[in-house]
Amino acid sequence: MEKIPILKMGPFLLVTIQVDLYDRLALSLEADLVQMVNKTNAKGVLIDISAVSIVDSFMGRIFGNIAGMCKILDAETVVVGMQPAVAITLIELGLPLTGVHTALDVEKGMKLLTEKVNIDTDGDEPEDDDNNPV
Amino acid sequence: MEYNIPKLLQKKRKTIIELWIKNQLSEAGLREELISNEEIRQQSEELVDSFVSNLTNENINDVYSTDFEGVIEILSGISITRARQGFTPRETGAFIFGLKEALLQLLQQEIKDDKEVLYNATLQLNRLLDSFSIVTFETFIKGREEVILRQTDEITEISTPVIRVWDGILALPIIGTLDSARTQVVMENLLQEIVETGSSIAILDISGVPAVDSLVAQHLIKTVSATRLMGAECIISGIRPEIAQTIVHLGIDLSNIITKATLASALKFSFQSLKLEVKKVQSVKAVV
Repeated sequence: MEKIPILKMGPFLLVTIQVDLYDRLALSLEADLVQMVNKTNAKGVLIDISAVSIVDSFMGRIFGNIAGMCKILDAETVVVGMQPAVAITLIELGLPLTGVHTALDVEKGMKLLTEKVNIDTDGDEPEDDDNNPV
Repeated sequence: MEYNIPKLLQKKRKTIIELWIKNQLSEAGLREELISNEEIRQQSEELVDSFVSNLTNENINDVYSTDFEGVIEILSGISITRARQGFTPRETGAFIFGLKEALLQLLQQEIKDDKEVLYNATLQLNRLLDSFSIVTFETFIKGREEVILRQTDEITEISTPVIRVWDGILALPIIGTLDSARTQVVMENLLQEIVETGSSIAILDISGVPAVDSLVAQHLIKTVSATRLMGAECIISGIRPEIAQTIVHLGIDLSNIITKATLASALKFSFQSLKLEVKKVQSVKAVV
């Protein structure tokens, strides 16, 4: 059976969906991803859906589920590269994917994840260390 | 005395044209700025020629005869041009009824001795020309409707421009009422532009929206959510006090949407979230 590869990149997991998702594939992705987050103790998950042109309510729910599950396992989820048509469809279906972070492309998504994880680990400490030269 | 109406009309072609043009020129509201006498003469001649040469004893009673296709085509052409040029329906009507007038005048002059023939011929020509008038009006209205449709399209196009105000900041001023169809266009344009420019902030300025009801608010929320799904932030700006009042009275929850009173404050907010700063340049004197 087809499988969507889950790549480990430092503290993050990277998933790029290059094929059109069908229900069973999405379900297995969900299971694999949660397993992988648990195994690698990842802090963030980045899902690139720029090649996905068709979504339905089921797919929307899967994305929401993945985000929820990862949150419980202490990992942030960022969905990147959503196409305009897909975004409009999800909104029309009444699935605004609350709880899922989004970014325009992988680069911006990575930046967002890094920021989120940094803030989480550093707590209240300010990260702008280059602003105060001693 | 026997009369052959088509033959008679063909013979008196010149007279008809002269009479008709005289009728048109004597019409009170002649629009000389829209059409010249030359053009009137040319149009009239073309039409009369086509009419009298296609008129026979067989088809004089049959308004749907295929022989008149040429006439109808010329009439439609004239009518549509007039609609586009901005003639009033009365003027266009006067144009075609002037021809009827001219034809009836001619018949009256020519057929003096036989009232019955005159009556029948008048009736026949009346019927024919009335049907031509209907065609003229139909095409006239069609022409006007085309103009209206084109303008509607233009308005939709014009009213949804996506402006790139800064690197990574898009602004979308909405002017006029938001309905479902328009929201769709706005949303598609905005999302497409976000993808193309890689912008991370979009400002939706609604200062030009006359009223916000629950439906409009729902459309706005949809647009904001779709933008968020794409990975960009959406700010709604230009909310007038009356609109703020309506929104609260309607019980619409905009709490998870960033709203700003003016486009300027929205822009300021965008600069902040992009970690940009706008500074006043120190004057030369101060530096020296």
